[in-house]
Amino acid sequence: MQGLLSIYKKELADHFSSYRFVIIFALIAMVSFITSYTAGMHLRESLEGVAKPKFVFLMLFNTPGAILSLVQFVSFLGPLLGIVLGFDAINRERAQGTLVKLVSQPIYRDAVINGKFLAGITTIIITLLSIVLVIFGFGLTLLGVVPGIEEICRLVIYLVISIFYISLWLGVSMLFSISFKNIATSALASVALWIFLSFFISLGADVLADMAAPVDRQGYTTPEMVVKNARIKERCSLFSPMVLYSQAASIIVNPMEKTTSSFIVMGPLERLSASRFQNPLSLGQSIVVIYPHLVALVAVTLLCFLISYLVFMLQEIRT
Amino acid sequence: MENERIIETVGLTKKYGQQTAVDQLTFRVEEGEIFGFLGPNGSGKSTTLLMLLGLSRPSKGSARVCGLDPVRKPIDVKRLVGYLPENVGVYRDLDAVESLTYIAELNGINGGTVSKKIEEVLDVVGLSKDAHKKVGTYSRGMRQRLGIAEVLIKDPKVLFLDEPTLGLDPDGAFRVIEIIQSLNRNRKITVLLSSHNLHHVQKISHRVGIMIKGKMVAMGSVASLGKEKFSLEEEEYTLEQIYMKYFEEG
Repeated sequence: MQGLLSIYKKELADHFSSYRFVIIFALIAMVSFITSYTAGMHLRESLEGVAKPKFVFLMLFNTPGAILSLVQFVSFLGPLLGIVLGFDAINRERAQGTLVKLVSQPIYRDAVINGKFLAGITTIIITLLSIVLVIFGFGLTLLGVVPGIEEICRLVIYLVISIFYISLWLGVSMLFSISFKNIATSALASVALWIFLSFFISLGADVLADMAAPVDRQGYTTPEMVVKNARIKERCSLFSPMVLYSQAASIIVNPMEKTTSSFIVMGPLERLSASRFQNPLSLGQSIVVIYPHLVALVAVTLLCFLISYLVFMLQEIRT
Repeated sequence: MENERIIETVGLTKKYGQQTAVDQLTFRVEEGEIFGFLGPNGSGKSTTLLMLLGLSRPSKGSARVCGLDPVRKPIDVKRLVGYLPENVGVYRDLDAVESLTYIAELNGINGGTVSKKIEEVLDVVGLSKDAHKKVGTYSRGMRQRLGIAEVLIKDPKVLFLDEPTLGLDPDGAFRVIEIIQSLNRNRKITVLLSSHNLHHVQKISHRVGIMIKGKMVAMGSVASLGKEKFSLEEEEYTLEQIYMKYFEEG
């Protein structure tokens, strides 16, 4: 425990004093503030003289501001924070020759990697929490509304999901920093995987769906084909952590959103209820809708940490 | 010199795939001696040190360090052994005191004694004046001395020094060698010194071992090795001549 705590403290200090953390923090904070501020201004205009809808406070997070809503922005930029915190965690120590020094101290070897993970996760938590709290302040001053207990619960869950999502990328970049000796390689590999999983999986899903169930735009296509096509597309795009996360986050932050699937693939009863009932979902029901998403996200994150841990523990420590 | 064995190995072997880095190594180092560990690059000296520390698992054979098995009790071994790796790295953004505080914390030394201890080891290696400069600004010799300070902070019983004078100017190398000798004399620390600088090794070692291609080809005091190899009693041989002889044969 002794070693873990000392490494944790040093890593945390390193993160907070590094320029790259300051830069990425400034970027994310700035974008978030601008987004929620413009969202808040829109809301104030559109709610003028209208009966106050439920969950006004959450609208700060799910209403598109300048371009995207805050939830969407975090799903785009969040991974960058995780990557920045982890891509050179181990191979920098290896390159500067301090890794041997570290592991020749009387500490267990896993203290090194656990300390780095924990410091990274703590940094992520502090970053997200401070941003959400500032937006809280915006809500109070701009809209003059106080969040209800359910809204706070939803925000806490949103925070937890976001922490897991960004930690996933911390785990990925850390895994690369363990397996690649070169810092530039591990940074590039992390960014490449991030871009691939976030932006190219959906293109791949389109191609795959069109191959398996071709939908002819001009000619005649059976409704079954269309549904099959949409279903394949949906399933495949769930391989992207970004899709997984943004679906889960938008359901939890927006009680009016009742399902993650598109209108085409819904059953008739589902369609009926979606068009008939305009009441918000209760928190419990929102969680039920995204339960599979949550499990998948947590599982992938833990798996990533586990693999990094194993690879690091079994690696030869040679300079 | 007491006759207690600080380091003892029996048939220690390390294989990387097909390649044998250390082959059936059997040797021992006794308490209070400086053992010069010689051999060409890639002869398996560093691998041996890593195995003795429990950082690398032997393929065959066993080792004992201070009576402990490094495979089973690496933490206890590392508590007693100070290891200065070849080309040891530094945290460039910290100063000497901060670096030493970090290492002390990792060794479980905390509380009021830390700052006193840091002052003491900095004094031993002659870095007291530069204690608050960033390590990034240090010369190579100063970094090496800081490395020695870092292994001293845990009050080690044994030191493993891997090429401590590599790349240092004559003055820097001389200071490091002097520090090692005084530690051995004043604190009775056993030293396992791996080096290519045969002149230094000859000057301070009680015994030397020559390792070639993973095998210990000779072991003993410089004088006895000279006799053994050249079988001439009257003339004294330098370690360099002995080493080259073994090297050509190996």
